[in-house]
Amino acid sequence: MNNIDNELLKNISDDNYVKPDVLNIRKNGEVLERKINEDINIINKKDLSGIDVFVKERTSLAVLQIPVIITMGGLKDTVYNDFNIGDNSNVIIFAGCGIHNKDSHKSVHNGIHRFNIGKGCKVKYIEKHYCEGVGDINPTTEIYLDDNCKMEMETVQIKGINYANRKTKAVIGNNSSLIINEKIMTEKEEYAKTDFIVNLKGENSSVHVVSRSVAIDNSNQEFISNVEGNNKCYGHVECDSIIKDKGNVKAIPMINAKHVEANLIHEASIGKIAGEQLIKLMTLGLNEKEAETEIINGFLK
Amino acid sequence: MLELRNISLIKDNKVILNDINIIFSNDKFVVITGPNGSGKSSLVKIIMGIEKPSSGKVILDGKDITNMSIDERANIGISFAFQNPVKFKGITVYDLLKLSLNKDVCKRECCDTLSEVGLCIKDYVDREVNGTLSGGELKRIEIATVMARNPKIAIFDEPEAGIDLWSFQRLTSVFNALRKQSKGITIVISHQEKILDIADEVVLLQNGIIEKIGNKEEIINSIFVDKTCCLGDNNE
Repeated sequence: MNNIDNELLKNISDDNYVKPDVLNIRKNGEVLERKINEDINIINKKDLSGIDVFVKERTSLAVLQIPVIITMGGLKDTVYNDFNIGDNSNVIIFAGCGIHNKDSHKSVHNGIHRFNIGKGCKVKYIEKHYCEGVGDINPTTEIYLDDNCKMEMETVQIKGINYANRKTKAVIGNNSSLIINEKIMTEKEEYAKTDFIVNLKGENSSVHVVSRSVAIDNSNQEFISNVEGNNKCYGHVECDSIIKDKGNVKAIPMINAKHVEANLIHEASIGKIAGEQLIKLMTLGLNEKEAETEIINGFLK
Repeated sequence: MLELRNISLIKDNKVILNDINIIFSNDKFVVITGPNGSGKSSLVKIIMGIEKPSSGKVILDGKDITNMSIDERANIGISFAFQNPVKFKGITVYDLLKLSLNKDVCKRECCDTLSEVGLCIKDYVDREVNGTLSGGELKRIEIATVMARNPKIAIFDEPEAGIDLWSFQRLTSVFNALRKQSKGITIVISHQEKILDIADEVVLLQNGIIEKIGNKEEIINSIFVDKTCCLGDNNE
């Protein structure tokens, strides 16, 4: 690995870096480094490009890192990663794609991640995307939560990605919950789309989606969510956006209650930074630009 | 010393403030009181630079600061606590205190600042400054952000608004302590007698003009001497 690789990995890893128990680094379409242990195994897929990850039942807290880095301009990388998490396991998974292409031939990464999560599991999945150069990222995540599970998913995309089309689909079992936190910032002519489809299938299943985004310059964003309540369940979708300059955000949060005991809420707000927030920070000595930066950083924290 | 010289404010053809002249001396705790709509908030916002006067000057220690921006005034020692504390998304109590103190302090250093308003840092440090905090908590944090700056001029716009009786008792003790410790100017907009009790001077503002400056008894007596009554001259 060279300095650029290390820098890319740093940008897409956790801010409080935690040394992973299991690791699979993919660079320019090939496996660069892999480390497994007695509880977690990684096998290359035979028919597709990607890996199968197997987490044994009752694996106590384990950290997996499966980043993708692309340093080759013009590369189109499609990868299928399937995670099979055994019952009663507790895992944290860091994923994400970092693109660095100096020659400005667009690189594209399509990552399809499927999670089959067993009963009683706790999973935290963090996905960060970063680009220096020209890059498109199209992540697809499919989540199948069995009973009594809890999963938290965090996705972060802060500038640099030319085009991003993120699809997330989830089916949630009895007494299981899914929390999704999404943070997106676009600038210049960038475009980002998010599409969530959640099936609250099980009794007492729940989902909480919080999307916070900032669109500046001439960038565009679309947020689409479709939460379907098919049982006694709870769903809350919250889409909050700040726009500036000629930034444009379209939010379409849909909720569909198909059961009398489905309890679904959606909220969306899009607007410029509240003047009173700027004024308050200016009374603490920040100028308007500094106040704006502070508000946006806090909003996307 | 802070001087407001011939300050007027006209908005939508309505006179909010009419040729206000007043001097605030150092080491004074001044309460501005008066009926709703008398121009009190507008007056203190003019001091902070949040409102621009239609005419007149704001002079601090002999220097004309009328055209200074809000942040420039903040950086020369003027601080402002809002009547309705501003809520944010994602900014925590710790973040706000760091900005107020203007340095990257550790959480433990924020303890002194918050304890002055009766809050414990470990309960609040990572809380977001949003609607999950109660009115009293938001108010106390707002006051803490002003006191943290140790300002030359500390302005509090109706600090008692929206807080319960028990929080209010704590608030008056905070102001009593401020009265004893501060060498600067404290300006409080208030309708509460217990806060008027603390004041060196009480300014009665009515219909955009200063009706009277005195102590609490003089001001309250002058309010009740006013014979104008909504029943009319015939006491119908």
